[in-house]
Amino acid sequence: MTATVETARTDTRTSGRAARPGAVVPQPMRDAFARAVDEAMDTDPRIAVVLADISTDRFAGAAARHPGRVVNVGIREQLQIGVAGGLALTGARPVVHTFSSFLVERPFEQVKLDLGHQGAGAVLAGIGASYDYAGAGRTHMAPGDVALLDTLPGWTVHVPGHAEEADRLVRASLPGDDRVYVRLSEYGNAAPGPAGSGLVPVRTGSPRSAGVVVAVGPMLDRVLAATEGLDVTVAYTATPRPFDRAGLNRLVAAAGGADVLLVEPYLAGTSAHEVAAALEDRRHRQRALGVSREAELRKYGSPADHDRAHGLDVEGIARSARDFFLL
Amino acid sequence: MTTTALSRYADLPALVGLMTGDEKHRAAAESTLDVLWVLYDRVLRVSPETADHPDRDRFLLSKGHGPAAYYAVLAAKGFLSVADLRAWTAYDSPLGHHPDRVLVPGAEIGSGSLGHGLGLGVGTALGLRARGRTGPRVVVLVGDAELDEGSNHEAIAAAARLGLGAVTAVVIDNRSASHGWPGGIAARFEQEGWSAQTVWGRDHDALEAAFAVRDPRTPHAVIARVQPKE
Repeated sequence: MTATVETARTDTRTSGRAARPGAVVPQPMRDAFARAVDEAMDTDPRIAVVLADISTDRFAGAAARHPGRVVNVGIREQLQIGVAGGLALTGARPVVHTFSSFLVERPFEQVKLDLGHQGAGAVLAGIGASYDYAGAGRTHMAPGDVALLDTLPGWTVHVPGHAEEADRLVRASLPGDDRVYVRLSEYGNAAPGPAGSGLVPVRTGSPRSAGVVVAVGPMLDRVLAATEGLDVTVAYTATPRPFDRAGLNRLVAAAGGADVLLVEPYLAGTSAHEVAAALEDRRHRQRALGVSREAELRKYGSPADHDRAHGLDVEGIARSARDFFLL
Repeated sequence: MTTTALSRYADLPALVGLMTGDEKHRAAAESTLDVLWVLYDRVLRVSPETADHPDRDRFLLSKGHGPAAYYAVLAAKGFLSVADLRAWTAYDSPLGHHPDRVLVPGAEIGSGSLGHGLGLGVGTALGLRARGRTGPRVVVLVGDAELDEGSNHEAIAAAARLGLGAVTAVVIDNRSASHGWPGGIAARFEQEGWSAQTVWGRDHDALEAAFAVRDPRTPHAVIARVQPKE
């Protein structure tokens, strides 16, 4: 862990419209998550927080109020997930938090076995996303987190696009005993996306529209800006798993063309198989935008630099959309 | 239960034989057999009737390989039936070559991939403590070769620092670790703040005495030496 990483966090709270269309807005999702869990611990005795030296400052108050219910295992992420599994086996509701790369990738077999195979649940809340800490390099990037979890059954995946969504989705995840991954980012949209489960249309195209664009979490504002003026439906979700197959099928049926452009903030094509399954009853085309699978991008800089490199900035998405929809 | 007639230590080879088809003298050589028997017969406060009670003692078989002795002891204690044993590893059987807690009555964890039990045990002990349940103990069985997996050492290092006196590790040492443990296994636990005791893993009274050691803040390791793996 580096000081660079810690100083990269932001406490900016922004509301209202972005300065320019599609502008990426800092979102304090880690703080929103910590506050939601801290408050819920006062009323839900099942909640137990498992940390690995990251964000311990944010849970110091909860640790003092609830002895034994905030555990820092040190820099031991295999143990962190194992402990979560053991806690769940005693009836607790573990909330597990560190960088996504160390939460999902490093202890992946523990995620598979100590949670899934044991029939145990937990809320995993990761920070860093695909390249929030671009300056920290590849070691702190987790573009493959959702694709990895997608190899395991029974996971709900939340990808909030705004701190208020993070708050809502975290609070909704705490009462259960299922397996939930919350992909927190420090960058998102100017305003919370529409609430509601499944794909929610944000802009509806005409009956002769070219197709449907699916925007996941932090991609919404830039997708809206990039497709401004195109006759397409733009649908939003902050919960890509389980994927709303029926909802996508309905939206495509109402559109003029059965063409789907998927815009996700993680590995390109992560949900391509879901789109294919959703539309297996009709001839369709799809293109999936996301973090490139082609090569490791050995660059630092800012998240905006990486958005641009992967074609996930407004201009890149607009170019792909015009090309794909043949407009 | 149908196993009441097969509930003694002397019945274990026959029960193991139902699964493996091995001759009885081979079955008796299972490295974990005596430790498992002593735990379920003399140490653990758990029975089929209390298998879901929040204050039961927990036994976590981390070394999921070669579970025939485990299944035999569970059958002798009434968790499993003889019919279960006869069907082992069949498609619909609850009993596989590695135990699955969702399928095996009385099994606290599913295991098979080495190095998962101690972490789950530490979490179980933390969960019990968070709820003020100071009675139950959490016994985790690992093998000396299993200790090769680094995940064990994350758990061993953390358990004593976190003051988890509920945790007892029992290491079946049949000297099967490829590169050995120079200086001994007990010393590694002691260095991390555990109490540790090395005993002959076939001596029931010595095992019982070793398992009787409990301190509220100090995890305990019992190194059970048995015949070297052939």
